[in-house]
Amino acid sequence: MSLKQLRRTALYIPGNDPSMLLNSGIFGADSVVLDLEDAVSISEKDSARILVRNALNHVDFLGAEVVVRINSLSTPYGMDDLKDVVCPRLDAIRLPKCEHAQDVITVSEVLDQLETEKGLDRGKIKIMPLIESALGSYNAVEIACADSRISAINFGGEDYTADIAAQRTREGLELLDIRMKILLAARIAHIDALDTVFGNVNDEEGLLAETSLIKQLGFDGKSIIHPRQIKPVHKVFTPSEKEIVKARRIVQALEEAEKKKSGVVALDGRMIDAPVVAKARRVLAFAEAMGLA
Amino acid sequence: MLNEAGRVIPEFIEGIGPLKPFKGVFAGFPEGKMKSPLVPYVTRDTEKLLPSLRDAILATGLKDGMTISFHHHLRNGDFVVAMVLDLIAEMGYRDMTLAPTALFPIHKSIIKHIESGVVKAIQGSVNGPVGKLASHGGFDVPVLLRSHGGRARAIEAGDLSIDVAFIAAPSADRYGNLNGSDGQSACGSLGYCVADAMFADKVVAITDHLVQYPLFPISIPQNYVDYVVKIDQIGDPSGIVSGTLKVTRDPLRLLIAENAAKVIEASGFIEDGFSLQTGAGGISLAVADYIRETMKERNIRGSFGSGGITAFFVQMLQEGLFETLLDVQSFDMEAVRSLRENPNHVEMSASFYANPHNKGCAVNQLDAVILGATQVDTNFNVNVNTESDGVLLHGIGGHMDTAAGANLTIITTPLLRGRLPMVVDDVLTVTSPGETIDVVVTERGIAVNPLRAELEITLKKAGLPVINIHDLKNEAYRISGKPEDPEFTDKVIGVVEYRDGTVVDVIREVKTC
Repeated sequence: MSLKQLRRTALYIPGNDPSMLLNSGIFGADSVVLDLEDAVSISEKDSARILVRNALNHVDFLGAEVVVRINSLSTPYGMDDLKDVVCPRLDAIRLPKCEHAQDVITVSEVLDQLETEKGLDRGKIKIMPLIESALGSYNAVEIACADSRISAINFGGEDYTADIAAQRTREGLELLDIRMKILLAARIAHIDALDTVFGNVNDEEGLLAETSLIKQLGFDGKSIIHPRQIKPVHKVFTPSEKEIVKARRIVQALEEAEKKKSGVVALDGRMIDAPVVAKARRVLAFAEAMGLA
Repeated sequence: MLNEAGRVIPEFIEGIGPLKPFKGVFAGFPEGKMKSPLVPYVTRDTEKLLPSLRDAILATGLKDGMTISFHHHLRNGDFVVAMVLDLIAEMGYRDMTLAPTALFPIHKSIIKHIESGVVKAIQGSVNGPVGKLASHGGFDVPVLLRSHGGRARAIEAGDLSIDVAFIAAPSADRYGNLNGSDGQSACGSLGYCVADAMFADKVVAITDHLVQYPLFPISIPQNYVDYVVKIDQIGDPSGIVSGTLKVTRDPLRLLIAENAAKVIEASGFIEDGFSLQTGAGGISLAVADYIRETMKERNIRGSFGSGGITAFFVQMLQEGLFETLLDVQSFDMEAVRSLRENPNHVEMSASFYANPHNKGCAVNQLDAVILGATQVDTNFNVNVNTESDGVLLHGIGGHMDTAAGANLTIITTPLLRGRLPMVVDDVLTVTSPGETIDVVVTERGIAVNPLRAELEITLKKAGLPVINIHDLKNEAYRISGKPEDPEFTDKVIGVVEYRDGTVVDVIREVKTC
């Protein structure tokens, strides 16, 4: 079995900042998201696109998953972005402002064509739809299941709360609904669920609390806007040694029971059933991907 | 001739004399006796407090061609250097040799005295505009650069013979007791000018805060000071001490700092009795911050922090992480306050700090030092004097002293600054020779000097990203391209003296097109 692709952190890098592009891989985020959308003003769309294209061809991202957030295809920039950034080094497109399955399908078709033109394996480049509106949230399941290229679904808290007329707070109660929708959609589609950014880079306590919450809810990771946020998020997502040992014992108990063809699995006097095993396997998958198990 | 650092240096320089080539870090053996100043004479009725600076200059017997010295504890707020030079120019003196501990941008006005011939030569650190002037051939005699320890050595050994030392004193009494702790221009430690006071033939203290005899505490005592002059203001407080220096927020620099802290920890130095020196730059403070956390977590009680002292080290002293601070220069208000109030915060002279030819200097007791660089090369030689364009812009400070003395010398530098690689094939100027540098920490890996093979194994075992220095340089060149060296003429404009008085490198004039 191949290792789980870790997506604990997806670090946004402004596409118009050469020095940040150059150094984006050195901080150890699981994914880097080279941003051509919100981080780049209209007047710099062309130059940022060229910078990101060149970065993709020349920068060593030191093992990070490389994602580009393009502009929506409904803008005059989205199609040009796609044409320029598709290359062997690109792992995925983060597609903003998704509201319908068709938004993803359109991009996937363009990718089919570009992959063929550029001699890349069909389906190599993944898509990560970004949900940022009430409508998108409502259609989350349909979007998540729209295409086989989709590897993760995420949402943007800022745009979403503006759309539903909610106030953005540190505690994030207003995001509870979209978080659940994103998570369910991800689980139905068997893809990763990624959380929105935590905006205050100086509030490490708040970041830790939010990350603990989303981990508890079942998310696989989180978008971040500053390298300083990597460590706290990774810390939350790193299983403790105790958790790893326990998970390993659960899985072993199951395997032994299967060998003995025993129908009932027990560990330390407690019944172990399928969901307990599934949770243990998830802990081990994370641990293995981090090189801990 | 070729010296042990692999640099070609001339055998003789007009105005400086024959040069002794660098022979190795501890290979420069001293000879003879220390310098003695004139035997002084005062009577019960001698009045040391003179009515004006002019009177004091006349009283010293200053003559054309003499060497006068200054300290830089007032940093970029100093009025004294300009004031004294303006006055001696007005009084008609010429061909003076200036021996400052360092010059700052505020001292730009001395350029006119260089151009008019009042100042003939500089022996001391130059930076900013004066360095630029030197690099473009503005001096007839090359600038002689010394480290803090090297300067104290040169004074004590008589290589730098000071005729008159002018000492800006934030606090003084009329009999010549001085300190830097009190007064409107308080600067904390007066460590850099102690040798000047002890070995110059004549010593003039210039103060704006005259107190009743006897001043207390005393940093420089009355038996070294010939004259005292009271003026309105010796400096601008806002330029003397900085505000609170901040730990860097730049993620790249934080990453470098974190790696440097991990190197120190993995090396096994962070135990009770640990001693540390860092600079006041953003990366250095961040390293100290990481180490502070580690020391707290592991309940470690260090012995001393030293060098230029900041609020950061003061805090570590107060938290019990260090027993003592040894302070040669106080960088901020908090350091000034602490030196005044905390008996465990101790002032030290440049000689006590770093002179290789006394009976023991503090740098030899250091476990670890964190230093910067403008360039490092694949032989681990460090340049802190010249910029990538070849212009002389910085002094040596205590770089070569602490690098030679400390058990573990770590250079922290981004691999690239702008589009310029900081790790190169060959530094433009060797300041601290490679054999004194143990580790170079960048954001793209940690290079260990092959002379410290056991350290390399230790760091690798600790899981640190150790990389060969050549690979590190290649990575820099891969990103930026190989930099083209600036072009120089044959004219030597600066001499980098090693701390033992030998010459480790010379700096040549930048060719202008």
